[in-house]
Amino acid sequence: MPKVHLTGTAVRRFTGGQTELEVEAKTFRRLVLELDQRFPGLGRQVEDGMAIAIDGTIYQDAYNAPLADGSEIYLIPRIAGG
Amino acid sequence: MSRTHVSTVINGEQTDFLCEPQQTLLDVLRDELNLTGSKEGCGSGDCGACSVILDGRLVCSCLMLAVEAEGHSIQTIEGLATGSKLHPVQQKFLEHAALQCGFCTPGLLVAAKALLDRNLNPTETEIRYWIAGNLCRCTGYDKVVRAIQDAAAEMRAEKRA
Amino acid sequence: MTFIEKKSGLKVVGTRPIRPDGVEKVTGRAAFGADMSMPGMVFGKVKRSPHAHAKILSIKTEKAQALKGVLAVATAEDFPNIPSEEAFMGEGPMNFRDLSRNCMARGKALYDGHAVAAVAATTEAIANAALDLIEVEYQVLPHVIDVEAAMAPDAPLLHDDLFTQGVEPKPTKPSNVAKRVHFELGDVKAGFREAEVVVEGTYATAPVHQAYIEPHACIANWNADGQSHVWTSSQGQFMVRAYCAKLLGMPIANLRVTPAEIGGGFGGKTLVYLEPVALVLSRKSGRPVKMVMSREEVFRGTGPTSGATVWVKLGARKDGRITAAETVLKYQAGAFPGSPIGPGCMTGFAMYDLKNVDITGYDVVSNRPKVAAYRAPGAPIASFAVESAMDELARKLGMDPIALREKNAAKDGTKAAYGPTFKDIGYVETLEAAKTHPHYKTKLGPNQGRGVASGFWFNIGGESSAAVHVAEDGTVAVVSSNPDIGGSRASMAMMAAEVLGIPVERCRPVVADTSSIGYSFMTGGSRVTFATGMATVQAAENVVEQLKKRAAMIWEISPDAVEWKDGKAYPAGPNAGNFEPLSLEAIAAKSGKTGGPIGHEISINAQGAGPGFGTHICDVEVDKETGHVTILRYTAVQDVGRAIHPSYVEGQIQGGVAQGVGWALNEEYVYDSKGRLENPGFLDYRVPVASDLPMIEAVMVEVPNPRHPFGARGVGEVPIVPPMAAVANAIRDAIGVRMMSLPMSPPKLRAAIDKAK
Repeated sequence: MPKVHLTGTAVRRFTGGQTELEVEAKTFRRLVLELDQRFPGLGRQVEDGMAIAIDGTIYQDAYNAPLADGSEIYLIPRIAGG
Repeated sequence: MSRTHVSTVINGEQTDFLCEPQQTLLDVLRDELNLTGSKEGCGSGDCGACSVILDGRLVCSCLMLAVEAEGHSIQTIEGLATGSKLHPVQQKFLEHAALQCGFCTPGLLVAAKALLDRNLNPTETEIRYWIAGNLCRCTGYDKVVRAIQDAAAEMRAEKRA
Repeated sequence: MTFIEKKSGLKVVGTRPIRPDGVEKVTGRAAFGADMSMPGMVFGKVKRSPHAHAKILSIKTEKAQALKGVLAVATAEDFPNIPSEEAFMGEGPMNFRDLSRNCMARGKALYDGHAVAAVAATTEAIANAALDLIEVEYQVLPHVIDVEAAMAPDAPLLHDDLFTQGVEPKPTKPSNVAKRVHFELGDVKAGFREAEVVVEGTYATAPVHQAYIEPHACIANWNADGQSHVWTSSQGQFMVRAYCAKLLGMPIANLRVTPAEIGGGFGGKTLVYLEPVALVLSRKSGRPVKMVMSREEVFRGTGPTSGATVWVKLGARKDGRITAAETVLKYQAGAFPGSPIGPGCMTGFAMYDLKNVDITGYDVVSNRPKVAAYRAPGAPIASFAVESAMDELARKLGMDPIALREKNAAKDGTKAAYGPTFKDIGYVETLEAAKTHPHYKTKLGPNQGRGVASGFWFNIGGESSAAVHVAEDGTVAVVSSNPDIGGSRASMAMMAAEVLGIPVERCRPVVADTSSIGYSFMTGGSRVTFATGMATVQAAENVVEQLKKRAAMIWEISPDAVEWKDGKAYPAGPNAGNFEPLSLEAIAAKSGKTGGPIGHEISINAQGAGPGFGTHICDVEVDKETGHVTILRYTAVQDVGRAIHPSYVEGQIQGGVAQGVGWALNEEYVYDSKGRLENPGFLDYRVPVASDLPMIEAVMVEVPNPRHPFGARGVGEVPIVPPMAAVANAIRDAIGVRMMSLPMSPPKLRAAIDKAK
């Protein structure tokens, strides 16, 4: 089961302070659904306000981004730019 | 409000227009004569985007009332090229990538032409101080200065030939 | 999608052709926002609050409406009252309700310059006269501007429904602090115990504006059945469409937005100000409405970036290894929440391999225009503080500043302070290039000094669309979804030409409107060459496959037996057949017979943008009598991935440096005691002019990003991140004075010099 790290305070208010979770998911889409089931509201927060970094590559808005068991997975605040 | 009839020469062509007393030359160029190459960046003579050449002198057209143009000769960016032949400074700006968004470019080109009309061998410092009245936010001025230096060199060579 | 290895055979990518839109720009023919007219057009103007903070008790518009020539007057009553709805926008989430109220105040004026009403009239003069006839009754309230003052417990509150997010327990009283964010890694307390040397300081920056030379301008045309057209200077035609549709409750398909040429944006045009107002005025007047901001309105009414205070503490061992890093950042958001505090927190330490980090950030509202994105939003402020502290640390350790950074540099495999592990980055390469550059060894004279600083930006990908269409004569149209703010359309044409194997002059790019090309995220985030470039390459690759199929049909062989090289189809080997190569022109001429027009449009969501790093060296001379700082020499090294068009990559670097220098030395907002802006013009808001700067040497290091077909990385934002600290460090080196607050303008330098005596 991939281990997911949550950075930043916004998500921690949903998880009660937990910053590392094990989630049964093979894609980003599945991850969002699992997180929302466990912590209602977290799914929307992650989808709208966060990006996912898988083994160092940052994905924003990618339901099918693949998560493998050994992957390093971080949920970080979304970035845009100017 | 009664409008004044003004008679002037713009880019070598006899041009007549009607204007209101408070309209600037820039307003008239853009809104009455459809010469939208000169731009308004500030309306207060600080950015140089509206630069034109009046009787051989570089001026900000936003600081001049349109009625003051009576009897004078004005050159705008639209008059820099001769037909489809670009002025050397226009060509060099393209070759040196001296523009990014291009908004300040007409004013800069007119200012550069005004400089090269009086000094074909400016130093880097002379160029920088001459164009200090033309704000550019995109380029950092490096390639602009190089383009003007290169245009000067080409014009000097043409003169010798 | 494949990564095209750099072979010496790249014919177009990496060269410096003249940009295809260049001639119309140097002849003044290119049409920017204010250069367009529509038949029957009238003029719109905005009435703005003269108070920094006030309740709007009433707005009387009868006298204005009665003025001859006035066709419509609009206030917040003419806009849907949108409930609070978070949406991702520009930098950090912004509420559409807040965006609506920023475009037209509802209930309260929150800054000097806040739009409270608008008119449309047959001439600009009548519209301006009508503004004076609108009677607004205000109840002036106490205001607050400075970020620390806004955080004080007794500060005047802007919003009585704003409760600080990110603190436990949840607050019961409203506040100006919109949110608190926190990142941590390891154990900073232990890290500081391990440290043998500690530096600490509080740095302050003033708010600065993107200061694009072209003011906001648009024309909106609302037809009687609700179908509308907007022509506008903006960084995203799809963004304008989406936000206007949302703010006005329109179906998106009813709105077509045409992007004008844009005279600078830098993030400041990644949202809407005039467009929704112009649409409402057009709806009410039944005429197209043109609205152009004056320079004063741009300063008073549009989003600058945050002013901020940043406290930094660094601890290191004597060998230079940093053992702990802690920082607290407080950023102004302006009238509504949404400063770039998140990226500010994440970028400050990003260049370094740190085990123990603690970062806290606050997003604070105050009575200023709502902050908008500005080139690497949040990062320059954080790096001013961190890179100044690094310089102090180097001094205390007796280490060369580049050596200190090398000792702690993030590399492939380093865990970033904000979490993920870096892959395929080029920071160390920029340090190496800076260290070995001749600039670093030149001697300095009296009152001259040298400063070094580094910077980082994530760069993004995102949704982009592109189309490649082959014309009947074999020339090609490349259609792009992104406004071109720095020469990007040239790069699109170059990448397409490279894939197709034809000269770039036969590949002409255009930027399309929202009805003519697929959706795209806006131009910003240093993403266009990466993401829209990726879409362009994929579209071109698809066209190549189609061309091979057509050749196969003409030759009556299998498409597998066809190769494409240098703009021609070849049989893939002697067994395929003995055919003369078919050029693009030849195949195009027969396209009708072989299946129809040849072209492809593609929409993607590009992932895998690679971050960028830069290291800058700045030499200054300080005139101790006047406090004036002269930039003597500037070298900016940056990892650019792969420079598609090197001249425009250099241009991005040079432009970012110039903006950073302005931020460092002169730019700031000056307010009077009533919270009114005293310097809303280019005379007193001092941006760098040509005589302020030397030549800026841009050194491009190429560590390719394997996730882009040509290895490109975003380049536009990184260069504005290091300059403020580079200049401050140079001043420290020159005269021994550490400037802790920006801008480092002559009066402040004089005061610091006097104090140091």
